[in-house]
Amino acid sequence: MNSFVSVARAVAWRGIHNAFTNPSILVPSLLFPLFFFTAFAGGLSRVSDVPGFDFPAGYTAFQFVFVFLQSAAFGGIFNGFAIARDFESGFARRLLLAAPRRTGIIAGYALVALVRWAATASVVLVVALLSGMEVLGDPAQLFALALLGLLVNVAALLWAAGVAMRFRTLQAGPLMQVPVFLTLFLAPVYVPLELLNGWIHAVASVNPATFLLEAGRGLFAGEPTEVGAAFAIALGAVALLTLWALRGLKSAESAG
Amino acid sequence: MTSGPLLAQVVHLGRRSVLRTLRQPVNVVPSFIFPLILLAVNVGGLESAARIPGFPTDSYLDFALAFTFIQGALFATTNAGTDLARDIQTGFLNRLALTPMKSAALLLGQLAGVIALALIQATLYLTIGLVAGVRPESGVLGVFVIVFLGVLIALGFGAIGAFLALRTGSGEAIQALFPLFFVFLFMSSMNLPRNLIEIDWFRTVTTINPVSYLIEGIRSLIITGWDAQALALGFGLAGGIAAIALAAASIALRGRLARS
Amino acid sequence: MRDAHGIQAEGLAREFKGGIRAVDGIDLSVAPGEIFGFLGPNGAGKSTTVHMLTTLLPPTAGTARVAGFDVAHEGAQVRSAIGAALQEAALDPLLTGNEHLRLQTALHGMPKAERRRRSDELLERVGLTEAADRKVRTYSGGMKRRLDLALALVHGPSILFLDEPTTGLDPQSRNALWTEVARLARDDGVTVFLTTQYLEEADVLADRVGIIDHGKIVADGTPAALKAEIGRPSVEAIPAEPAERAAVARTLERFGASVPGSPKGVAVRLDGGEEQLADVVRALDAEGLHLQHLQLHAPTLDDVFLAKTGRSLEGAGDDELDAESEPEPVPA
Repeated sequence: MNSFVSVARAVAWRGIHNAFTNPSILVPSLLFPLFFFTAFAGGLSRVSDVPGFDFPAGYTAFQFVFVFLQSAAFGGIFNGFAIARDFESGFARRLLLAAPRRTGIIAGYALVALVRWAATASVVLVVALLSGMEVLGDPAQLFALALLGLLVNVAALLWAAGVAMRFRTLQAGPLMQVPVFLTLFLAPVYVPLELLNGWIHAVASVNPATFLLEAGRGLFAGEPTEVGAAFAIALGAVALLTLWALRGLKSAESAG
Repeated sequence: MTSGPLLAQVVHLGRRSVLRTLRQPVNVVPSFIFPLILLAVNVGGLESAARIPGFPTDSYLDFALAFTFIQGALFATTNAGTDLARDIQTGFLNRLALTPMKSAALLLGQLAGVIALALIQATLYLTIGLVAGVRPESGVLGVFVIVFLGVLIALGFGAIGAFLALRTGSGEAIQALFPLFFVFLFMSSMNLPRNLIEIDWFRTVTTINPVSYLIEGIRSLIITGWDAQALALGFGLAGGIAAIALAAASIALRGRLARS
Repeated sequence: MRDAHGIQAEGLAREFKGGIRAVDGIDLSVAPGEIFGFLGPNGAGKSTTVHMLTTLLPPTAGTARVAGFDVAHEGAQVRSAIGAALQEAALDPLLTGNEHLRLQTALHGMPKAERRRRSDELLERVGLTEAADRKVRTYSGGMKRRLDLALALVHGPSILFLDEPTTGLDPQSRNALWTEVARLARDDGVTVFLTTQYLEEADVLADRVGIIDHGKIVADGTPAALKAEIGRPSVEAIPAEPAERAAVARTLERFGASVPGSPKGVAVRLDGGEEQLADVVRALDAEGLHLQHLQLHAPTLDDVFLAKTGRSLEGAGDDELDAESEPEPVPA
């Protein structure tokens, strides 16, 4: 256990240090969620006038939850890019050679993703609050939302890590990104599920991201719904994707 | 050996540009597919927005189709830019510079690939729109005008990509700027008409953003018919962007070639 | 096309941003039909010189005339008379060999029928006929270099610039390229300006050699003359029996002064040059001395560089500021 923790800490330190001392890494990861929040909450606020839209906390909060979870997901993916870059540069081989417990490497990358996302989410939250967003959930509900975000972040990182370790090139970036992008956007992004029609309603109804989104919005608005299902999905995704990432690690090890 | 007329050189370099574009399915296919995916997602998610009082059309698809042309043009920027940057990095530009090639021929020939791609994109988007039930209010003639405006926009964006390539010589730099272009697209009237944007500062941004008028020019041909003001602004800005970007790219090319 | 003018440069210089003088006032003269080897370590200024002579980079000082035309003021005429295969193979990986030639011939204004004929002729000459319809990204390094050479020859230039043409090639491809370059000069009267880091390449191919270091020419002449300038060859003998070492030394000292050699061997500088080697062998044989090893050490161009600069040419550029890779000045 000691060596697992020490490897994880070492890998995490490097990633966090690089992220927070390199504006070219940090700034885009802060700006993009802000940009999406602005474009969706700012540009689409009139959507709350659609008959049937009755989210109690208002459209800004409605979009904030989406951006909160989206930033968690993409934060994990972007750290997957960093893993792929490490393989391309050969640095990952150095890590594999040096680490007594190699599973600690994945844990380290996951820690980096979490810390970076925590920074991003905090910035977005502050901006949202300054823009007048209403928060109706109680502290326990908000904590649950944060936990949900954490699980999404870890799950996305594990997915991306598995891809990165199998392909070991940045050219696998789209493979990391596109499924997550589609999963997120084939959910009720702009309006609640009940206001969707046709094929998108059918797809969103079975999309796991919908449960996460609806639960998150419910927690934020103080009207929790589907929370159990959302956590079951999130924990299940983390468990499955942990196996995926570990198999990816084996693939990287056998490639030498 | 003589250099030959400009047109002949443009044809030869254009042929190469078109061949090269079409031989990169990894780059070309996403430029077709992503705008359509985003269209499907946005239309699916925002269909109910057509019920907002004052929304200019009953069909959100009719409203949103115009955006695919702009997004396709964005891919044109990055494709044109990275192709030209690769020519600089591999030294192929030097090879061309040692021939009697005229500088203008290089730029125009390069952009021929962009135009070819834009034509295929425009045809594809319109076809899918028509199959899905879009009926342009401007009729058959309007369809041709939509294609023409779409290609003009792609030409302007492609020239921006060429300018960036000639200034930076780096495909990576152009890829890194791609998100910035995305910001311009999202901070426009792509999702809602400007008069229905509630937040004042956001509405101001979309009013200043030239991309709004490019979208609205195409959109007007679909949902309104022949809106002189929208068309004038759309064509005017598309033409202006193309002219300025071509001029900037020409100057950058002269500096990059630096030959006597 | 046979060259009648050659290349002349006087005080040619190129300064980059930050005051870096990659080429620092060089004088050059290459006679028509000559193969001129331009030798120097990485970062010495070779490629920058080539870029100026081929009009890709304007000089910041000095003048140069190529094929009788001024590089600064008659660029188009220079370009019509020269062909260049530069340091990068400069090919489009998505085009085929044929498509490259088609484009190049078209840009040189050749009529359509002539384009096809010329393309076929060049493909055959460089041995790429069978690969002509394959995309360049499937070509080996040697094939790319051959196509590069073919493209440089499309318009029948009288002067050919080759910038490190065999870097990264296997010995077979390198020899093939050398053969073709020698043939161009010998049979077609083409003047060849060849830059290289490889001593052997300059030795084998070049009629005359110029050595550049830190942007300045440090030596200029035929390979033989340059080598003769710095010394005569030496011979080293290692006796089969260590006890015979003294006897071997006495025999060899009849042919020249002793010089440092390996711990087990004896070495002398031959007063009469390489021709004395046979006499040395006969003398040792006459004394009944048996050798484990006999070696002639002739001065190399590296020895010339060492004598002129105090450093060895091989590996000399590795740790130095690489002005060769200085990007072309970004336009203001």
